[in-house]
Amino acid sequence: MAEPLLDVANLTVSFPRDDGTWFDAVKDISLSLGTERVALVGESGSGKTMTARAIMGLVPNPGRVAADRLALDGTDLLALSPRGWARLRGARVGLVLQDPRFALNPLITVGRQVEEPLLLHAHLSHHERRERVLAMLEAVGLPDPRTVHGLYPGELSGGMGQRVMIAATLIAGPQLLIADEPTSALDEALRRQILELLTRLVADQHMGLLLISHDLQQVADFTDRTLVMYRGAIVDAQASAALARSPHPYTHTLWTCRPSAATFGTRLPTLDRAAIEAAT
Amino acid sequence: MTAIEIAAAPGSRLLHLSRRSPAALVGATILAIILLAAALAPLIAPYDPIAQDVAGRLAPPSTAHWLGTDGFGRDIVSRLIYGTRPTLLIISLVALIMAPLGTAIGIVSGYYGGWVDRVLMRLTDVVMSFPRLILAFAFVAVLGPGLLNAALALALTSWPAYARQARVETQTMRRSDYLAGAEMLGIRGPRLLFGHVLPMVLPLVVVRVALDLAGMVLIAAGLGFLGLGVRPPTAEWGTMVADGTSVIFDDWWVAASPGVCILIASLSFNLLADGLRDLLDPRRG
Repeated sequence: MAEPLLDVANLTVSFPRDDGTWFDAVKDISLSLGTERVALVGESGSGKTMTARAIMGLVPNPGRVAADRLALDGTDLLALSPRGWARLRGARVGLVLQDPRFALNPLITVGRQVEEPLLLHAHLSHHERRERVLAMLEAVGLPDPRTVHGLYPGELSGGMGQRVMIAATLIAGPQLLIADEPTSALDEALRRQILELLTRLVADQHMGLLLISHDLQQVADFTDRTLVMYRGAIVDAQASAALARSPHPYTHTLWTCRPSAATFGTRLPTLDRAAIEAAT
Repeated sequence: MTAIEIAAAPGSRLLHLSRRSPAALVGATILAIILLAAALAPLIAPYDPIAQDVAGRLAPPSTAHWLGTDGFGRDIVSRLIYGTRPTLLIISLVALIMAPLGTAIGIVSGYYGGWVDRVLMRLTDVVMSFPRLILAFAFVAVLGPGLLNAALALALTSWPAYARQARVETQTMRRSDYLAGAEMLGIRGPRLLFGHVLPMVLPLVVVRVALDLAGMVLIAAGLGFLGLGVRPPTAEWGTMVADGTSVIFDDWWVAASPGVCILIASLSFNLLADGLRDLLDPRRG
């Protein structure tokens, strides 16, 4: 690919400690992503979410972002003004949050929340907007879009809520979709449905997908490539299908530490952090 | 969810109110009567409120004058009916200025934090530290007596409570996922503050307005009593009480009847506010 959709070189996100030194939540990360599905995995606190937030320009205060290059489809994100960021978010890059119960405003109807990115990023008539919203609600697999349109988030189930989130994120047609553990608040049966929906929509609209997850099986099933993060750095990169055979000790442990019928009654492996430090 | 139901179906609001809080219904009914009296004053008032009849001055209650006449022979019932107008005008002006002003300041302050918050909150502290009535007197003394000035004086001294309340509520939701989610869709600035934060803050603002208006009725009457509100001969309850004080031992009805009206109006706002709080408070669902 000549020009990657997302191009990140040596991204560092740091936060001040009380003693005045800086703690790097993300350390010198480089990644590039085209029209493909890439997974970012790692344990809690490994910097996955902070990487996503840096790409969205939403690192909370007093965090600091530095990079040699941070570009989305040719736009230099490091030089963007707040207004420029607002034009970018929703329109060219979208982020699906973890838990739909907290991510939708409880006092605004589904229809209005899905419609809002269109109001901001597209110039359409009232009628056209309504048509697009209903079509989008239908596309994310919500039954009876006309009814759902007028409901409040509190009246939706978790799976419906996550579908509404996806609809709101995708309606303005972003080129890059970041999904930050989009299924961790859902039950097992729904996870597959939501991920199948996400990957299908991403393929239909020719988007890039950055899937943040800690579920290696899920990642292996739904993405092309996997980047493994450990303590703020990318320590391993594999084709997702080859995750099980990764020689890196951290990836290997993450893969083998998942409980299953085969490991029933045995001790699961734990991380040998000394070995990982040696390998990185 | 109750707030949502009400917003969705305004027609059923009264029904809700009567079922969940009979006291609020009483308040709302009295308020409706006062509003009707103000709107239909020329039709229902038996006499001209400023027509003097020196021969019939200080007449006790009778079938001709239900509540008697005042020191100029003016019919007190008619003056009470016309007196609803300045009272309602003052308190609605006050509500229209103080609630939006205070809420906007509070939301901005709570959302942005930092030096914006510090500057706005110190300003709020300054205004808050003045006794409301005294500051209102000062305003009226500078601007001159009159209905508009009285309303302005009250509004400009009573917004800080709204700012404080809106700020605290905004702060508690500033780190919420749905505001982060809205930001991730590219929503920012006034659109975020007034489209997404305001609906969350609004229910308590409404309750506070209703509660505050009870006090506003008293303060408006107080300004009138002290001659700082509406100018005579326009009928106004506070001014009417003042007129009656000189003859209170011989002709009690002149001061008592507007006094009772003030009491009832204030009480009705209080009852209504209590009911609205039950209905709109998100914590009571």
